Amino acid sequence: MAADDTGPSGAPIETDAVIIGAGPVGLFAVFELGLVDVKCDVIDILGKVGGQCAELYPEKPIYDIPGLPVVTGQELTDRLMEQIKPFGARFHLGERVDELKRGADGRFLVRTDAGRSFVAKIVVIAAGGGSFTPKRPPLEGIEAFEGTSVHYAVRRMEDFRGNDVLIVGGGDSALDWTINLAPIAKSLTLLHRRDEFRGAPHSVEKMRSLVAEGKVRLMIGQVSTLHGTGGRLEAVTVKTKDGEERITVGAMLPFFGLTMKLGPVAEWGINLTENLIPVDTEKFETSEKRIFAVGDINTYPGKLKLILSGFHEAALMAQQAHKYVHPEKKLLFQYTTSSSSLQKKLGVK
Amino acid sequence: MTVKITFIQPDGTSQVVDAEPGVTVMEAAKLNDVPGIEAECGGACACATCHVYVDAAWSEKTGKPAEMEEDMLDFAFDVRPESRLSCQIKVTSELDGLVVRVPGKQF
Repeated sequence: MAADDTGPSGAPIETDAVIIGAGPVGLFAVFELGLVDVKCDVIDILGKVGGQCAELYPEKPIYDIPGLPVVTGQELTDRLMEQIKPFGARFHLGERVDELKRGADGRFLVRTDAGRSFVAKIVVIAAGGGSFTPKRPPLEGIEAFEGTSVHYAVRRMEDFRGNDVLIVGGGDSALDWTINLAPIAKSLTLLHRRDEFRGAPHSVEKMRSLVAEGKVRLMIGQVSTLHGTGGRLEAVTVKTKDGEERITVGAMLPFFGLTMKLGPVAEWGINLTENLIPVDTEKFETSEKRIFAVGDINTYPGKLKLILSGFHEAALMAQQAHKYVHPEKKLLFQYTTSSSSLQKKLGVK
Repeated sequence: MTVKITFIQPDGTSQVVDAEPGVTVMEAAKLNDVPGIEAECGGACACATCHVYVDAAWSEKTGKPAEMEEDMLDFAFDVRPESRLSCQIKVTSELDGLVVRVPGKQF
């Protein structure tokens, strides 16, 4: 994986194609575009490649990838990364594409929430179910506290110093932040629905010892009501098996995993149908020329949300992408098995 | 032979659907457009958006959640002792008449 060649505040990165989404279909798009000499920059909101395969089911088996009778989400991701290695795509992970607009010269300006920008000849949206975003507990009025008292990530630990902190959840994020924030918080309560934790065993052990030393309060139950005014949380009612208890809370960190939301895609001027992007089935181009959509995020008559369908879509998309990126060149259809020029690109010859 | 499953919504309305043994309760819900069962991950026990409450009279027949399902229930909202992920309940002839409640909110 090539490193970023400009920092977030540097000049725009000039590239042939920006691929939005590093799931299996986005990764295979690198392969198909690479074969037709289209250089790619891949952006994903997650801090790792693989999309849903890596985030939702890394260890679960997939049985319908042609030629691989059984493969886990993580293995498929690893194999795709190996397969696309020769093409030297650049990856920009942990960044969300916030802006996509067409510049005066017909190229696209793409900007991420990290401030990084790109100028690209084509854009391929391979965003699956949308951006992964933290799950928001459906508690009444929670929106009013978000960003002030309710946080889904810790950006600066100092913000929690001297506060009454409530961490909710039973995985690694909840445990890690319990361990890290306990020394600086005024009080720290860890709330989980059961007395069993999914996190790493040594983190569970560390948390238990903090509880034994009286530095962390462990509650088994669930949040039922938030109390506060003007965006400031003051207390939380917790439902336990013994009834309800109101505890003083100045900052709450709920860790309930991630969900997929369409996100900024809706603001880019592309036609949408029920949160999906309609495309033609010849080029997989959207209502906007030079913007393609492949994989779970697109729709067309007969669409199936299968990884293998996304692979097919990427192959056809690349044919049209080549015309846009290299209008002067004629594309000769070739097979990787027999073409010496394709084999050279793949580094096998 | 099909099996009847009743889904009760938070507002008390109910819907009886026919399910073929072998499908999951989540699939039966999706096939019959039962509201409130989202099943974002498509049945991989990876999202907790097909959360249901199994009626007390049926909890013995549907059984207890496996460890993986318990872990995933951590991501559900308002989890109760009768909580299950409907993608993990296989429909069998034993479950003819099953009653489940759809929670007020999925995450």
